[in-house]
Amino acid sequence: MVKLIYRDKEWEVRPGITVKKAVEEVGLLIEAVIPVKDGKLITEDTVLKDGDVVKLIAVISGG
Amino acid sequence: MRCRKCGKEAVMNMRQHKLALCRDHYIEWFVERTEKTIRLYKMFRREDKILVAVSGGKDSLSLWDVLLRLGYKADGMYINLGIEHQGYSQVSLEKVKQFASAHPEAELHIVDIKALYGRSIPEFARESWRGQRVCALCGLVKRHEMNRLAIEGGYYAIATGHNLDDEAAALLGNVLRWQTGYLARQGPVLPSDYPGLARKVKPFCRMYERETAAYALLMGIDYIYDECPYAVGSTSIFYKNLLNQLERNSPGSKLSFYLSFLQAKEEGRVRFKEEEAPPLHACQRCGQPTTAPGYCAFCRLVYKPSKEEVEAALEGSTDVEFA
Repeated sequence: MVKLIYRDKEWEVRPGITVKKAVEEVGLLIEAVIPVKDGKLITEDTVLKDGDVVKLIAVISGG
Repeated sequence: MRCRKCGKEAVMNMRQHKLALCRDHYIEWFVERTEKTIRLYKMFRREDKILVAVSGGKDSLSLWDVLLRLGYKADGMYINLGIEHQGYSQVSLEKVKQFASAHPEAELHIVDIKALYGRSIPEFARESWRGQRVCALCGLVKRHEMNRLAIEGGYYAIATGHNLDDEAAALLGNVLRWQTGYLARQGPVLPSDYPGLARKVKPFCRMYERETAAYALLMGIDYIYDECPYAVGSTSIFYKNLLNQLERNSPGSKLSFYLSFLQAKEEGRVRFKEEEAPPLHACQRCGQPTTAPGYCAFCRLVYKPSKEEVEAALEGSTDVEFA
C-alpha cells in the first residue's frame, strides 16, 4: 500500500495510481498541496509504488 | 514528467502555464518571474531601499530571499504579535531570525507590540475594543507599524508576500459584496499618495501560492508550517478552496480572474468613482494618515482617549495628554 501524510492525518491508498488520483481519493486537491517523496518534490503524474510514503505539504494559508 | 528546458525529471508542473520544470530551472523561472513582475508594475528600482514584511511564513521569507538574490537592498521587518497559542509568535520569530542570520547583508527590524504598547494582540482583542475580531485588529496594528517603520527608516516601499491566491481570494470577497472602495484600491502597488503614507508593493502577486511554497521547499527555507491559530477557518481560506476547485477544472482560472480585473481597471473598462476613496487626514497623535477625523484607529485602540480628549482633538487641539 501507499501511505499519504497530510498535517496530522494519514491514509493508505492502493499502489499503481498517480499522485493526483491518490490525492483526490482522500478528498484533497492537488492545487492545494505539494507532494514530497523521499524528501523530493514529485509531479502529479508520478505513479505510486507499493511501500511509497508521500507527504502532502499544505500550501494554503489565510488571515 | 520531464523539464521542458533540459529534459531532466521535473519537480513542479504548472498546468496554468503548461510548464513543467526541474529544480534548477524552476528556481530560475521563479526568480525571473518575480523580477518581471517588479518591472511590469514599476514597483521599485535596483537602488531603492525596500522593507520586506516578514512573518516567518513561506511567502514572506521566499520574497525576502528572492529580492536579496536579485541584488535589491531589502531589509526585513518582523512584528511580534505575542500570539502564545502553540508558541506561534515565538516559533515564527525564530524562523525569521534564523533566515536573517544567514543573510548578514540585510538588516532585520523586530517590533514587539507588547513591549511597545503594553498589550499583545490577543490581549488587545480580549478588551473587545469596538467588538473587533482578532484578525481585523491584527491587520490594523500591522499596517500602522509597517507604515511607521517604513517612514522612519526612509524606505522607498514596503514589500509584502501576498501571492496570487491571496489577491484572487480578496478579489472574490470584494466582488461578492461589491465593495467598490476596496476594488478601487486593490492592485499590485498601493502608491504613497499622501505625506506619511508608505508605498506598498506585492512582487508575488502573479505567483500561485503553490509556487511560493515550492520555492521555499526547494531552497530549503525553514518557514513556519502551521497556520496562525486565529486564521483557521477564515473566510479567505474558504475562498481559496473555492478558487482551487475552479482551478482544478479550468487551469489558469485564478490567474485570469485577477489579471483580467487589473487589465479592465487599467483600460478603464471598470471604473470607480473618486469619492469612493475616502479623504485622508493626519492623525492628531501619531501623524499617520487616517480616514477618521482626530485620532487614527490605532491610536484610539492603544491610547484609549476619553470622549473629551477625542472632542478636543476634533477641534484641532494638539495639547492632549493620554492615559
